[in-house]
Amino acid sequence: MMRTLKIGYSSLVYAFLYVPIFVLIVYSFNASKFGTTWQGFTLKWYQNLLENTSLMTAAGNSVLVATLSATCATIIGSLAAVAFYRYTFKGKKVIMSLVYILMMAPDIVMGISLLILFVTIHMEPGFITLLLSHITFNIPFVAVTVMSRMKGFDKNLFDAAGDLGATEFQTVRHVLFPMMLPAVVAGWLLAFTLSMDDVIISFFVTGPDFEILPLRIYSMVRLGVKPEVNALCTIMFTLSLVIVMISQILNREKK
Amino acid sequence: MTEKNRFKTFSITLISVWLILLVLVPTLMVLAVSLMTSNTPGEISPVFTLNNYKAIRDPLFLQVLADSFEMAFVTTALCLLIGYPFAYNLSKYRGKFKSLLLVLIIIPFWTSSLIRTYAIIIIIKTNGVLNGALMALGIIDEPLRLMYTETAVLVGMVYSLLPFMILPLYAVLEKLDGKLIEAAKDLGAGRMRTFWHVVLPLSMPGVIAGSMLVFLPTLCLFYISDVLGGAKSLLIGNFIRNQFLLTRNWPMGAAASMILTVIMFVIIYIYYRSTKKTGGEAI
Repeated sequence: MMRTLKIGYSSLVYAFLYVPIFVLIVYSFNASKFGTTWQGFTLKWYQNLLENTSLMTAAGNSVLVATLSATCATIIGSLAAVAFYRYTFKGKKVIMSLVYILMMAPDIVMGISLLILFVTIHMEPGFITLLLSHITFNIPFVAVTVMSRMKGFDKNLFDAAGDLGATEFQTVRHVLFPMMLPAVVAGWLLAFTLSMDDVIISFFVTGPDFEILPLRIYSMVRLGVKPEVNALCTIMFTLSLVIVMISQILNREKK
Repeated sequence: MTEKNRFKTFSITLISVWLILLVLVPTLMVLAVSLMTSNTPGEISPVFTLNNYKAIRDPLFLQVLADSFEMAFVTTALCLLIGYPFAYNLSKYRGKFKSLLLVLIIIPFWTSSLIRTYAIIIIIKTNGVLNGALMALGIIDEPLRLMYTETAVLVGMVYSLLPFMILPLYAVLEKLDGKLIEAAKDLGAGRMRTFWHVVLPLSMPGVIAGSMLVFLPTLCLFYISDVLGGAKSLLIGNFIRNQFLLTRNWPMGAAASMILTVIMFVIIYIYYRSTKKTGGEAI
């Protein structure tokens, strides 16, 4: 009795989370433009997307910013994690707290603070401002992902490398780095996803000449339900799904 | 030795300079702007004033603040009510589908909440799936008007943020020592007593971490209230955005943003205190 109740309850929560997404995916293949009834399978909406050049440009821009920002944030965030793990230095606590606070900080607060910065230093809103902003909000997520994996490392290994004559850089490069690599890749994937999905911060820091996908989707969604948007959202959801799967596989190798 | 210092200095300098230039300096600029005067829209004159903070006592803004807090409290409470039993069940489950069931909670965590909000529209719009199903079952005769109501915004918020409540709760409950529960039972405590006096206090860091991850975003996710609530629904996030892009009163928007920052620090402080007390580690 108790068991049935538990399974029933959990299934309800899963249904709540997944039925809307499932319906969205099914509708993206529905030939009917307006009604809620099923009028046959079609790929027409996906084809419309591909023919929409400005939308494809926005998608390309998003992939570009996401790739670059994830890569830069991964470099900076991983180096920061190494520094926090290996060294003691003045202001370490402050910098570390700043990283954690940045992760919690409301997007809108970060968005307007960056907007004010860029306006003050007369930077034209567009690709560069967007890239700098995305790197900034991605850094803490990479750093924290990498740091959480470092908790289990055996510190004797690094002393041994040092005793064997390895320089500090060699120790980090040949001993620490291979150990943290899965977390670095997982951090990159998370950063890429966050960048592809960000609406609020991008909303404030991008200009009219550099359109990106989430903001395009936002303006489309405000106009209501359309089959092309269903198709676009289905593609984005599938992308997230693939990325989660890769990061899960990376995570499993740890055990 | 110098080589070690070079690498050390490089990695520390990189992160420090980045955070100072793109986080600390911009935050101080927001503070500065919030203390300046805006005479005409789009114009800021560097004349010191506290008027932007005083204007926040304006009944209109107080209404926005009250609405935002109400929405954030109700969303957090609902996520906690729905999420806690769910996370508890999941942490106790030992079957072969464990990793699949967990991944199903992680996926929404990684999916754009804008896309998930859009999925909600398809369900609740007037000629949407929910109304279609209810009318087909004969439960209602006329479609329910759910779109552009506070209920719609609430559903959207809970839908978007529920995984952010479940995951920290699960992380804490999973690590909970089962022996403590057995000990409580051996000492004669019933199910309810064990829960209230053992399980719940031990899972408090998860409760607070989850609440923090739900409460703050609810105040800020302006697109959810925009898309599901329409013009009627104005949360603090929408207010700040409007000050920057419509009314063009930046000092006022900056002041509201500073208030949001203070709220964030209060919440982080509460979390910090709670983890210290129970000895739990940060998630």
